Amino acid sequence: MSVLQRFILSKKNHITLICAILIVLGFISGLGFNNETVATWSLAIASILGVAPIAIQAYQALKVRVVSIDVLVTVAVIGAFLLRNFEESAIVTFLFLFGAYLEQRTLNKTRSAIKELTEMAPESALKQMENGVFEEVNVDEVDEGDILLVKTGAKVPVDGTVLSGVGHINEASITGESVPVGKKKDSGVYAGTILENGTLQIVADRVGEDTTFGRIIELVEEAQDSKSEAERFIDKFSKYYTPAVLGLAIITWLISRDVELAITLLVLGCPGALVIGVPVSNVAGIGNGARHGVLLKGSEVIGDFSRVDTIVFDKTGTLTIGNPKVADKEFYADDVREVLAYLASVESESDHPLANAIVEYIGDIQLRRVERTDVVKGAGIVAYIDGHRVAVGNVALMEREDVHLSEKAHADIARFGKSGNSLVLTSVDGELKALMGIRDQTRPGVREDLQKLKKLGVKNLVVLSGDNQGTVDLVARELGLTEAHGHMLPGDKSKYIEGLQSKGHIVAFVGDGVNDSPSLALAHIGIAMGGGTDVAIETSDVVLMNSDFSRLPHALGLTKATAANMHQNIVIAVGVVLVLLASVFLSDWMNMSIAMLVHEASILVVILNGMRLLRYRL
Amino acid sequence: MKKATIQLEALACPSCVQKIEQATKSLAGVEKESVKVLFNASKVKFDFDAEKTSVEDVEKAITALGYVVIKSQVKDK
Repeated sequence: MSVLQRFILSKKNHITLICAILIVLGFISGLGFNNETVATWSLAIASILGVAPIAIQAYQALKVRVVSIDVLVTVAVIGAFLLRNFEESAIVTFLFLFGAYLEQRTLNKTRSAIKELTEMAPESALKQMENGVFEEVNVDEVDEGDILLVKTGAKVPVDGTVLSGVGHINEASITGESVPVGKKKDSGVYAGTILENGTLQIVADRVGEDTTFGRIIELVEEAQDSKSEAERFIDKFSKYYTPAVLGLAIITWLISRDVELAITLLVLGCPGALVIGVPVSNVAGIGNGARHGVLLKGSEVIGDFSRVDTIVFDKTGTLTIGNPKVADKEFYADDVREVLAYLASVESESDHPLANAIVEYIGDIQLRRVERTDVVKGAGIVAYIDGHRVAVGNVALMEREDVHLSEKAHADIARFGKSGNSLVLTSVDGELKALMGIRDQTRPGVREDLQKLKKLGVKNLVVLSGDNQGTVDLVARELGLTEAHGHMLPGDKSKYIEGLQSKGHIVAFVGDGVNDSPSLALAHIGIAMGGGTDVAIETSDVVLMNSDFSRLPHALGLTKATAANMHQNIVIAVGVVLVLLASVFLSDWMNMSIAMLVHEASILVVILNGMRLLRYRL
Repeated sequence: MKKATIQLEALACPSCVQKIEQATKSLAGVEKESVKVLFNASKVKFDFDAEKTSVEDVEKAITALGYVVIKSQVKDK
């Protein structure tokens, strides 16, 4: 491309402005002062100036054998010019240039959400050079195995492992969780996270696009440009559409010998709104999701998810926190602190999940020296502390220890069991002292979120779990689910989903992405509650960052709004072309300028319509 | 075979995508099936044979169309 061509293209905005001034000048002198010469000249100059950048683009397109919209407009403008209709040629070029300018501006807005994300990517790193000194380098120059220094306030440049130093890192860019996480030697750190205090030396494990953050960005970028079936059709269609319009105009001219009509057809046939409408909705919808911790993998996903009627949930880690806690407790002693001290001392020796829950519940307490411990398989632990025999375990262990259970204790045990608790009883010297009910608690707010899903039109909310039916039923009742199935192995879950799909349901599966990847892959829509883990990102269609369940209703509402937005844009685009086509043949007010005005306006309308999605909130 | 990503200045018109795709595909050594022009991300991704062409050749072809290349990245595949 010659220097002149490039110069003209780079000054497109100036040219647009000069065109506008010349057109105004032309009309004032023509209509206001009856000075035809000035009017003609200014409009003619505006036409030539304005068509220059369009013609260059058209020429470049023809060189690679593409009949682009620029070609149509250039031919139309030249036609009008030769007919000495300078008014039309000037206005059409101006509208086309000005429209392109506005498109650029508004498109940047629709892309802004994703831009915010990519701008969080680290740019530089302090790398240890061969002489042992750390020097600032571009992040592209960091290789795996390099040793890097991260100072307070800096972004971690790569995924790596801490070699030395301590500090707290804000991992919000990866997990969405803004509470800083403590890091010390051998801790993993992630690119894009921020060191809030301390200094770390790390070794790079993964760099650039291979880091978790890099993969998230790549995923979102690919998603926003992924094409649905309908879009691929439009793409193919537009490839033949523009040449067809050109052909149609030529045929019209040959038959009617009406150049005016032929060039009006050229302008009117420009496919702008149709081609841009769907991608604009797509990018705005996915951008909104990225901003709210919902990663949607492409427009196909948006289409499917918006029509979902059944959502199947994994229980542990999805509906529940996946971390058992002491939920109910009863004491049968006056010296509660003493009992707790014994209990904590015994349990802190074990790494059983129930023991962990108890230790966590008791918290800071003076631990006693445990003299001897015997593990009773499937029942609990018997230990000696200060010469006392302390037994911690289930009801079977208490029977083995000949512990007398009072009527109240029996009632408590029955009550705790009914609420879905696992029971831990503590006896000291053969007397029952404490009863604790431990259960995996449902995530806070899940009930309300499920209600929102129902309101959005989801008919069936199903929970599947490997736990016993009683526990699962309880969760289902507590949360207001429509169905609950227990005793399910991972294979059973995917079979169940297959069954639903064969009945014609559109099924989404929500899981933690660890042991239920078959179900995630099989469902129409696999939704992973992953804190940005690799597995979750790879296997699912939708990722809820930071395992935040409350983002699920937002995700569903958003895909519905986005799908509707795409339909609106297609209707607007097709409608405009149909109306224009009809009016060119049936009315006498249609001309090239009006056609261009309507055409550009329709493009802006679909972009503005798409932009509404950026502000979508449930 | 190498894999290249070229970052362009923001693309605005949808027919740009068609032009850039055609221009990239028409170069010998570029794997035709692999050419992907990301409209919203304003990126071009493709695989190519380093013996027949280079990322600079592709950049030249795209610049010739009037688009500004911001940066490019090549990786072994």
